[in-house]
Amino acid sequence: MEKFISHTGTGVPLRRSNVDTDQIIPAVYLKRVTRSGFEDGLFSAWRSDPEFVLNKDEFKGGTVLVAGPEFGTGSSREHAVWALQNYGFKAVISSRFADIFRGNSLKGGLLTVILPQEAVEAIWQAIEVAPSTAITVDLETRTVTYNDVSVPFELDDYTRWRLMEGLDDIGLTLKHTDSIDAFESKRASYKPTTLPIRI
Amino acid sequence: MGKTLAEKIWDDHIVRQAEGEPDLLYIDLQLVHEVTSAQAFDGLRLAGRKVRRPDLTIATEDHNTPTLDILKPIADPVSKLQIDTLRNNAKEFGIRIHSLGDADQGVVHVVGPQLGITQPGMTIVCGDSHTSTHGAFGAIAFGIGTSEVEHVLATQTLPSRRPKTMAINVEGTLKTGVTAKDIILAIIAQIGTGGGQGYIIEYRGSAIRELSMEGRMTVCNMSIEAGARAGLIAPDQKTFDYILGKPHAPEDFAAAQSYWETLFTDSDAKFDREITLDANTLEPFVTWGTNPGQGLPLNASVPNPADIKDSEERGAAERALEYMGLTAGTPLKKIAIDTVFLGSCTNGRIEDLRAAASVVEGKKIAPKLRMLVVPGSERVRQQAMKEGLDKVFLDFGAEWRNAGCSMCLGMNPDQLAVGERSASTSNRNFEGRQGKGGRTHLVSPLVAAATAIRGTLSSPADL
Repeated sequence: MEKFISHTGTGVPLRRSNVDTDQIIPAVYLKRVTRSGFEDGLFSAWRSDPEFVLNKDEFKGGTVLVAGPEFGTGSSREHAVWALQNYGFKAVISSRFADIFRGNSLKGGLLTVILPQEAVEAIWQAIEVAPSTAITVDLETRTVTYNDVSVPFELDDYTRWRLMEGLDDIGLTLKHTDSIDAFESKRASYKPTTLPIRI
Repeated sequence: MGKTLAEKIWDDHIVRQAEGEPDLLYIDLQLVHEVTSAQAFDGLRLAGRKVRRPDLTIATEDHNTPTLDILKPIADPVSKLQIDTLRNNAKEFGIRIHSLGDADQGVVHVVGPQLGITQPGMTIVCGDSHTSTHGAFGAIAFGIGTSEVEHVLATQTLPSRRPKTMAINVEGTLKTGVTAKDIILAIIAQIGTGGGQGYIIEYRGSAIRELSMEGRMTVCNMSIEAGARAGLIAPDQKTFDYILGKPHAPEDFAAAQSYWETLFTDSDAKFDREITLDANTLEPFVTWGTNPGQGLPLNASVPNPADIKDSEERGAAERALEYMGLTAGTPLKKIAIDTVFLGSCTNGRIEDLRAAASVVEGKKIAPKLRMLVVPGSERVRQQAMKEGLDKVFLDFGAEWRNAGCSMCLGMNPDQLAVGERSASTSNRNFEGRQGKGGRTHLVSPLVAAATAIRGTLSSPADL
């Protein structure tokens, strides 16, 4: 995973709540067996509308999505994270994220930042007035900064460290193989197994 | 202080705990399907890693499979590649797979319980948010992303933050015609799509205990629609009876059961949040909007967004009515339906098919309406045919399909057209969920059946 320390880019205001994973990327786009190429499905139902924010010239090239509350509800599809990343987003700001989406994003290096709704509202206004406003999302200081405004956000130390180091969870867990072996040796024998097959 | 059921199961699965880090949880079972696994297996190959416990892993094909002509080659080459990829990965990594045509092929959350490999006290994961279904057995079961699928394949563990606990007490007796689906739709309408975020929900109370195992699965299934990754119900005699005799029931059943009987919330345990719902006054529930929290009793009318105080919710309601092509004040029962979908991991089990068949038996489908009946698994389909339900549905004028996720998510050819309106027993009414421009009303199997007869949203009481 690529390290995330700090990112500066322009914002894209998505003034909608409950943007679910079927809207981020509909199921028909989930057939690929790779991790790339999902940008064509991103918000696909809305992309045909010239008024949709991603189609507006002033917001093209934006890398920080500023979304309404309950972003990423619904499915566990990590393709939603890949679609946002494949399109070029590095961070998403919202007042509330669905749990699975947030977990997926932080595993994959897309920084999801939780800010109070008033702060999200203020960023929306700032970038709608001046789309070229630079937004900095900084993990070192755990702040979002734009113009002369700096808003702190919370992220637990462990996740922050993992993102800043670009560490892969599997590698970290495999250091504890002894603990897994020990746990397995004590598992109850009546716990089910899928093999051998019983019908 | 005592522990809640969720805390007991969680604590029983901690492999490693360290200050400031997520708990490393042991995973008893991983279910795998074609859509969220290919990139995970690729990751293993790239790193030269193996599947740690193929014997705690099982795969089936469901999301992207056709429900017609299932033994012919899949027409869409991209879909075919995805299915073939799963088959090849299962072979390469030594994982049991139930493919199209196999008796245990079907929606992954129907397959686990019917094989008896879903049992109380387990931790169960799958790259699918409706994994919460398995919580009906008193298991911690939750959906994960593809990176986590890979993590569990490689290590049989998952680093996870301990969730908060929520009790939802459903007390009282359901009226005739009111079902598990109505309970969960009413809960989501009450607490909202984000109400369960960060929690594991335990469903409790007399109305929950009265539900069959299949009804309990329907309730737990939609925990994610309330924002909770997992929902569970304490196991009881019904749970044990359901597992007994299933292919993978424990050989030493007594030993297993004596453990299962310890799986309940202690009387002095404390939940972080408690909610109560009165089962006595519940009515059949349907959704009118584009998220599962936008639901009302069937006797109500389409709400007027102007009456909603919260500006965010008001905006969402306005957009929803526009997308759904509905006018405020229209009685929900006046809404005409084009397609009825009976199926999915929410309501595609045998009891659901029986319930709907009992309503449509001897009746004729409304003119111009189409109804798809998609059993949750091949085993459910076989059972239904043994009981003659296929004939009931076909005589009624419905289509009788093969098992799979089908129109629940419209990934295969079973989709709504632009503007087409469905009454669907599935779990999500998101914009475009069942096909681009499609409009979905979530309903119970009984409401689905009555709607197919009358052509407008209806309950059996309206017949």
